[in-house]
Amino acid sequence: MNRIIPRTLLMPAVVAVSIISVVPLLITLFYSFVRYSMLDPSGHPFHGFDNFHFFFTDASFLPALQNTFTLLFSVMLITVVLGTALGLLINEAFPGRAVVRVLLISPFLVMPAVNALMWKNMLLNPIYGLFAQISIFFGATPVDWLSAHPLVSIIMMVSWQWLPFACLIFMTALQSMDREQLEAARMDGATYLQQLRYLYIPHLGRAVSVVLMIEMIFLLSVFAEIFTTTGGGPGFDTTTITFMIYQQALLSYDIGAASAGALFAVLIANIAAFFLMRVIGKNLSK
Amino acid sequence: MAYLQLKNIEKFFGEHRAIKGIDLDIKQGEFVVFVGPSGCGKSTLLRLIAGLEPIDNGTLSLDGRDITSLPSSKRDLAMVFQSYALYPHMTVYQNMSFALKLAGVDPKIIREKVDKAAAILDLARYLERTPKELSGGQRQRVAIGRAIVRDPKVFLFDEPLSNLDAALRVQTRIEIAKLHRELGATTIYVTHDQVEAMTLADRVVVLRDGQIEQHGSPLELYDRPANRFVAQFIGTPSMNVVPFDAAPQLLSGASQAPSDGFVGVRPEHVLLGDAQPGSVPVTVELVESLGVETLTYVRLPNNVQLVSRGAERSRLQPGQQTHVTFDQHFIHYFDAAGKSRAPAPGAQA
Amino acid sequence: MHSKFHLYVRTAAAWLCALLLFFPIFWLALMAFKTEGQAITTPPLLFFTPTLDSFREVLARDNYFGYAFNSLFTSVVSTAIGLLIAIPAAYSMAFFPTGGTIGLLKFMLSSRYMPGVGALMPIYICYQYFGLLDTRIGLTIMFMLMNLPIMIWLLYTSMKELPREILEASRMDGASVWEEFRHVVLPLSVGGIASTALVCMVWAWNESFWSLNLGASNAGTLAWLIASYSSPEGLFWAKLSAASLMAIAPIMALGWFCQKQLVQGMTFGAVK
Repeated sequence: MNRIIPRTLLMPAVVAVSIISVVPLLITLFYSFVRYSMLDPSGHPFHGFDNFHFFFTDASFLPALQNTFTLLFSVMLITVVLGTALGLLINEAFPGRAVVRVLLISPFLVMPAVNALMWKNMLLNPIYGLFAQISIFFGATPVDWLSAHPLVSIIMMVSWQWLPFACLIFMTALQSMDREQLEAARMDGATYLQQLRYLYIPHLGRAVSVVLMIEMIFLLSVFAEIFTTTGGGPGFDTTTITFMIYQQALLSYDIGAASAGALFAVLIANIAAFFLMRVIGKNLSK
Repeated sequence: MAYLQLKNIEKFFGEHRAIKGIDLDIKQGEFVVFVGPSGCGKSTLLRLIAGLEPIDNGTLSLDGRDITSLPSSKRDLAMVFQSYALYPHMTVYQNMSFALKLAGVDPKIIREKVDKAAAILDLARYLERTPKELSGGQRQRVAIGRAIVRDPKVFLFDEPLSNLDAALRVQTRIEIAKLHRELGATTIYVTHDQVEAMTLADRVVVLRDGQIEQHGSPLELYDRPANRFVAQFIGTPSMNVVPFDAAPQLLSGASQAPSDGFVGVRPEHVLLGDAQPGSVPVTVELVESLGVETLTYVRLPNNVQLVSRGAERSRLQPGQQTHVTFDQHFIHYFDAAGKSRAPAPGAQA
Repeated sequence: MHSKFHLYVRTAAAWLCALLLFFPIFWLALMAFKTEGQAITTPPLLFFTPTLDSFREVLARDNYFGYAFNSLFTSVVSTAIGLLIAIPAAYSMAFFPTGGTIGLLKFMLSSRYMPGVGALMPIYICYQYFGLLDTRIGLTIMFMLMNLPIMIWLLYTSMKELPREILEASRMDGASVWEEFRHVVLPLSVGGIASTALVCMVWAWNESFWSLNLGASNAGTLAWLIASYSSPEGLFWAKLSAASLMAIAPIMALGWFCQKQLVQGMTFGAVK
């Protein structure tokens, strides 16, 4: 019927989102093709694909790519699997469930920077950290997590932060399960494992896709944790694509290369988003 | 002059032609029931009249005014939804007065009108409650009250009784009939239940696949169905319709029947008894004693099944043999395409 | 699955997991009340006389309340402005969908996938040009833009769940688009709006990337405060813990208080 009203309502949002996504993209596009180093004020001559070449052949590129995928994949796996387990655990009532939920939601509310410092100093520190103290207590040699297993440490931190998110979404999804279906299955003699496989897990499909989608947004841009703990190192062990771009821009002052990297990040992000959207899009239009 | 006139109304859902050119004239004060099987388009048609879906082709006029492209809010119609659609965050009073409030009516007048409607519907005690605190039947009455208060030109009901239990359904049906007598408002009522259609309607419109199969008074449709579909839709248990050559000896007016057509006889006109000229031996399959009447399911030698309905208690048992005849005054003939050939003699008046 | 024994096992397991998960925060809180010496004892001190010294030192060293105010201002205002833009947009998409609606939603969401660092330089330069660097307004705008796609998505799924017939009833009752929105859609969406607002406030409060790069001593949020503790200046864990606790406490309190609403907002339409 009336087309004007809906369009007007949408306009501010579309404009805002476009500004934040299109304008920086165009500027980045421009910069990626010119030579722009903050250390060299001699203008921005056209640089062709040199920036890209520079970025992709940098020693840290392949490790960064690998680390990015490892981080993404590990955290997603951990949060979904443990989140489902936890969700199933707290799905049915038990004394103190309300308090448990409050405790469970807490990691999600912690600032990433605090998260990082907390882990770095209080838990993972090889001398005074809690993990070390516990190892000593059991007579083992403490592990210097951040030096010996840097990526694993980062994965631990980020998983800890996102586990509550997954768990609570799964719990809410489980609560909406059809009780009658479960009862019928029980009467049919299904064991708990069978119920899990045929009823619970399929029902969680939609919730899992939402969790993955949101996590991907935030995991691709994990920054504070890496910045405050390992600074991308040792070597390139915890450098992700995001961090690499940051290094190029703010540490090497090479805007051209950073922009090239940023375009690449946009590319990966969109590819990942594309695949996820296909799954989510089905859910959105239901 | 028609009060509400539908002329060649068409509706497409994508490629699918859901409403296929409907013409209908409704008189002022008439209670019209749209009835038909699931998917026949009755709810769609109601929604087209209400303005909740746009009409693709054709015109709709109300009291001389073309309302085909008018938005719902301007058509001066009121609708009672199947799920009642009450505003959960408003009290009963607010639900019923919402439309008037939007129209800027004086609050004192609103109070009067709502109180009057509440009195008619026995809702006066519940005016300050929210829908959550009401039973199904009460919510339904609020939905009706919401419509009454507006004093619209036409009332639209979309399967209002389907969410009620059996006893409440009968009671509410009676109340709706009473309401119509008191208010005399033009009403369009959609249902899949042909008992509601028969009891409430001044006129019944039978729909199938987006088209009108037949419309007329309930008894007209009962006695003179225009085709096989209407014949079997109206009346429970439905009319026995068998191929003509199933038992030609049961038909005395054999010459009227098309040889490749069908013959229809209502269960109350299927008579069971002892052998007589023109009767056919049958086996009893099932006897349902309903108290007020008895339904007997029999099978002809050529495997055709018939239902007979009688007022007397039956002593027949499944497996027994008996004989069947048709009351010749009430036989309906349908051609191969299902259309009625001639009005059944005896079904006049 | 319903025997008493199972219940005990489940309760024990659930509490164990919850306590384990919560433990780092608990440890942080504990350390905030220690002195520096107590903080680094081996083995770690569980029982001690709590002291507020570390808090006092942090308050003296840094402008905590200034940063806290900035955090509060930016998260509240960015959420509020975001809602002003997102609610009409979600309403439009939920109730006046077109063929391109789902596509538009996907576009909005996918814009969120690019890591902030990719847009860092252009935005930094823009902000510099407009004089928005290190201003509360600048950060607020950034947070708002950042959360907008998700806000729209959350509100969209929430509004889509309103029963269609109630809205049709209001239309039959003569409501215009605006009246329908004001009297029916908005009251019924209050829960969804509250949940959305909560989640976005949490994210704005915890935002660390843009606040560190676009903000500084003037408009810096609590993230800036924490960042200043991240340089290895020697051992000052108690102060660090105190500062951290003060940084996360407000939003944690809010989250705890509204946890039901928050969790609802977090489901992102995953649950029908």
